[in-house]
Amino acid sequence: MKNLVRYIVTRTLLTIPMVLILLSIVFVVLRVMPGDPVSSMLGGHAPERVIEQKKEELGLNRPLAVQYVDYLWQVARLDLGDSMVFQQGVTDAIIEKMPATIELTFFAMIITLVVGVFLGAYAADHRREFRDSMIRLYGIVIYCIPVYWLGLMLQLIFGIWLDIFPIAGRTGSRILSSTFEQSGFYVIDTLRAGNYAAFGDVMHHLVLPAFTLGLTLSGIFVRLTRANMLDVLKADYIVAAEARGITHTKIVYRHALKNAMIPILTMMGLQVALLMAGAILTETTFSWPGMGRLLLERIYLRDYPTIQGVIIVYALFVAMVSLVVDIIYAMVDPRIRY
Amino acid sequence: MARILHIEDLRVHFPINIGTVRAVEGANLTIEEGEVMGLVGESGCGKSTLGLSILRLLRPPGRIVEGKILYHGEDIVRMGAKEILALRGGRIAMIFQDPLTSLNPLFSIKEHFIETLRTHEKRIETKEALARAERMLSSLGISPERLHEYPHQMSGGMRQRIMIGLGLILNPDLLIADEPTTALDVIVEAQFLDLLDDLRKRFNLSIMLITHNLGNVAQLADRISVMYCGTIVEVGPAQTIFDEPLHPYTQGLLASIPNIKLDEPELKLMRGSLPDLVSPPSGCVFHPRCPRAMDVCSEEWPKTAAVNGHQVNCWLYR
Amino acid sequence: MNYSPARALARIFAPAARMGKKYGVEWWILCAGACIIAAILFMALFPGTLAPFNPHQQDTGPQLASPGGAHLMGTDNLKRDVWSRIVYGSRTILGVSVLAALLSSLVGITLGLLSGYSGGILDRILSLIMDSVYVFPGLILAIAFAAMFGPGIINITLAVAVIYIPTYFRLVRGQTLAIKQELYVEAARAIGASGTTILWKYIFPNVIATTVVVFTLNVADAIMIEAALTYLGLGLPPSIVDWGMDLAMGKKYLPSGQWWLITFPGMMISLLALGFTMLGEGLAEILNPRLLER
Ligand SMILES: Nc1ncnc2c1ncn2[C@@H]1O[C@H](COP(=O)(O)OP(=O)(O)O)[C@@H](O)[C@H]1O
Ligand code: SF4
Ligand SMILES: [Mg+2]
Repeated sequence: MKNLVRYIVTRTLLTIPMVLILLSIVFVVLRVMPGDPVSSMLGGHAPERVIEQKKEELGLNRPLAVQYVDYLWQVARLDLGDSMVFQQGVTDAIIEKMPATIELTFFAMIITLVVGVFLGAYAADHRREFRDSMIRLYGIVIYCIPVYWLGLMLQLIFGIWLDIFPIAGRTGSRILSSTFEQSGFYVIDTLRAGNYAAFGDVMHHLVLPAFTLGLTLSGIFVRLTRANMLDVLKADYIVAAEARGITHTKIVYRHALKNAMIPILTMMGLQVALLMAGAILTETTFSWPGMGRLLLERIYLRDYPTIQGVIIVYALFVAMVSLVVDIIYAMVDPRIRY
Repeated sequence: MARILHIEDLRVHFPINIGTVRAVEGANLTIEEGEVMGLVGESGCGKSTLGLSILRLLRPPGRIVEGKILYHGEDIVRMGAKEILALRGGRIAMIFQDPLTSLNPLFSIKEHFIETLRTHEKRIETKEALARAERMLSSLGISPERLHEYPHQMSGGMRQRIMIGLGLILNPDLLIADEPTTALDVIVEAQFLDLLDDLRKRFNLSIMLITHNLGNVAQLADRISVMYCGTIVEVGPAQTIFDEPLHPYTQGLLASIPNIKLDEPELKLMRGSLPDLVSPPSGCVFHPRCPRAMDVCSEEWPKTAAVNGHQVNCWLYR
Repeated sequence: MNYSPARALARIFAPAARMGKKYGVEWWILCAGACIIAAILFMALFPGTLAPFNPHQQDTGPQLASPGGAHLMGTDNLKRDVWSRIVYGSRTILGVSVLAALLSSLVGITLGLLSGYSGGILDRILSLIMDSVYVFPGLILAIAFAAMFGPGIINITLAVAVIYIPTYFRLVRGQTLAIKQELYVEAARAIGASGTTILWKYIFPNVIATTVVVFTLNVADAIMIEAALTYLGLGLPPSIVDWGMDLAMGKKYLPSGQWWLITFPGMMISLLALGFTMLGEGLAEILNPRLLER
């Protein structure tokens, strides 16, 4: 146990350089690279004087090194500055949108895992059979369908033609948004308020976006799970377990799958990153008021501080996820040496 | 003595793209109650395949094509899936070559025991299962506290003992040990063989000891079956197999161990290597390598002859 | 011997069938992928032979006409022919994604070879940076670049190219390190081969097989990223014909049920990505069966 704690602390400290590099990359992309956000922000035809004044205001005329230190200090205080377009702090705007993104990503992740891992394991168990080929085909095809197109097609089929699922937003307008004042996680808030009608409505709105995002990523998990399962099923301890009379189902879905999941777990950070990127596209497609949509809206409005802020938050998110994944990995696999 | 296992004319094939691997081709083998039967032969001659067939553990494309495996008179080849599951671990135990990889790395020793017990005794309480596992560990010379540990925390010898414990926890009467000491170092190997000898008396076990190491069987086996190219070429009491081997292959095999002196020095080196099991030689499968081969050897398979208490398949003993 | 088309065809396809026997399903996956790519490549190279209209031409028929008749895939709100736009749009997406993959492979491979071969502090720093970029979602990075660069065909190519550099870097660096350890390089060094000779003669050929596979899969991904950027309205001016932009435009007509405006552009994006993915999968299996399993 003490070892585990020590591992967690060291691993957390090791995250710092990664965060610093990610933040520096964001800085380089948004401030050092050619391209003048201020003049484009002001419409491109603004007089020189106005542009200079704006730059002065944003501190963009200072030496880059000063700007860089100031930037890092900003992030450290979690104060991402003020929007250029609205009278609102960037941090507040992001915090308001974050729950929507997390809710969507969470449910999508569950769908991805359930569909991808189950199909992958099932295919491996029926290797070389027709079922196996069909599942592999599903994996490849679904991987090649862009998340936004899948979203549009699902909207068309289930939203327009069959008319059974809503295609936009997190709730229907008939439910007062005051029900959800508390945390912004509508699923939790409606349940806590005991408002089951609202809860049902929130889930109803979640179905299409969550499946869109979840299914697109399931292809990767089908392939990863299948490949790892095929490896694991060859292992000696599988034959040994069979020799003890353990049933086939238990061997495949308990012994083998658990072992096959370990290498997958180590790649989970990357998958979550993919999921977050996919969420931007899903949010845009489904008018889902999350961080991704915030980012794009502000790109259209050239709200430079908010763009920077959202991307920083994504970077912090990525670093945190990879940290959490490593810690979970350490807890799950008894073999890992701290 | 009653016959615990009787294998008759067993043929096991692996159809692969370049042909059919005849891994076991007409093997006959018996194990009497309480005896240790050593199964020896070069690597690749089909020993493991024979062992796995007894528990019907062959992986596709492996298939039993023909023959009988009578366990207490019941034919395992014809058993249904349920009976097979009950047999595995419950009545026949099997341990494998590499103890380091035979335990699931993510399950503690305790979980291995509980799962095995639950599989065969559905209603057993966790407490009782644990108590039985502890008793088993003590009888194997392992401290019961180690039940909570994971496989990677134990040495190879200890893991092999755990494997035995898992095998014996349900009191089976037959143990198939497939090269159980090959992966262990010499001292641990000796200890392990002692343990096997001890367990066999305490649990009234019959053992099929598969190995390519004649030293191992010399220590433990009552009788020895010599396997070559998927078939058994000679069977006899351990003592006389070593002292008066009849089959030229057995003689060659013995000559290859340095500490056993043989009268005929020209047999010291066996020519060639194991033939391709996809297209085995005609007649006596050993004839291309046999120093005493005759014309008839390449034409017809020699019938089993009983000579000096051995059963031997060789034209020299008609 | 007299000529027969059937025999000629048979002679062309006989080697393909033989390969099929040798490698099984993987070979046919590869062939299917190559066929899809070839078809779309034909579209991009000779659009005039396939498209009945200029992609920009308005008033080609009724507004929002459903597929059929003179308009294979219907018309859009500006009465432009959807099929013609699909045909011409293939040039943009194919050009951008292949160019981007070429660019990033060039940079990534060079840096990877250098970093892996030279080692030391340069290797440390480059690896740290590349690893960090690698875990950052590519699309978000591309969005940031596209937003900063502004619309333009070169800009979007750069934005897409940037995100794959770490992939090549990590791959090539890892392989270079592994090969460096191997005996024959040691031997070559002992004989007195110079650093560049070792790099070119021993390391590069070994790296190239894997890289070909990764490149193909990379193009597939770049296709979806390019279309994503233009779908989001980033990256390209409206004067360029592009599947992603058509998809975004078609989205407006989804609630009123004009299905063809989203169905066809999206299907083409998927198909093109599928082509490259299948080619890559097939190649991976045939060049090195273990490559993709991990
Ligand atoms: N899954 C398989 N597919 C094809 N051939 C196999 C397979 N398993 C074993 N064999 C072949 O069967 C023969 C016997 O193997 P095995 O029983 O493992 O021998 P031993 O245990 O005596 O070393 C070998 O020639 C081996 O190549
Ligand atoms: S039968 Fe002939 S070839 Fe076979 S072992 Fe006997 S003597 Fe040798
Ligand atoms: Mg063996």
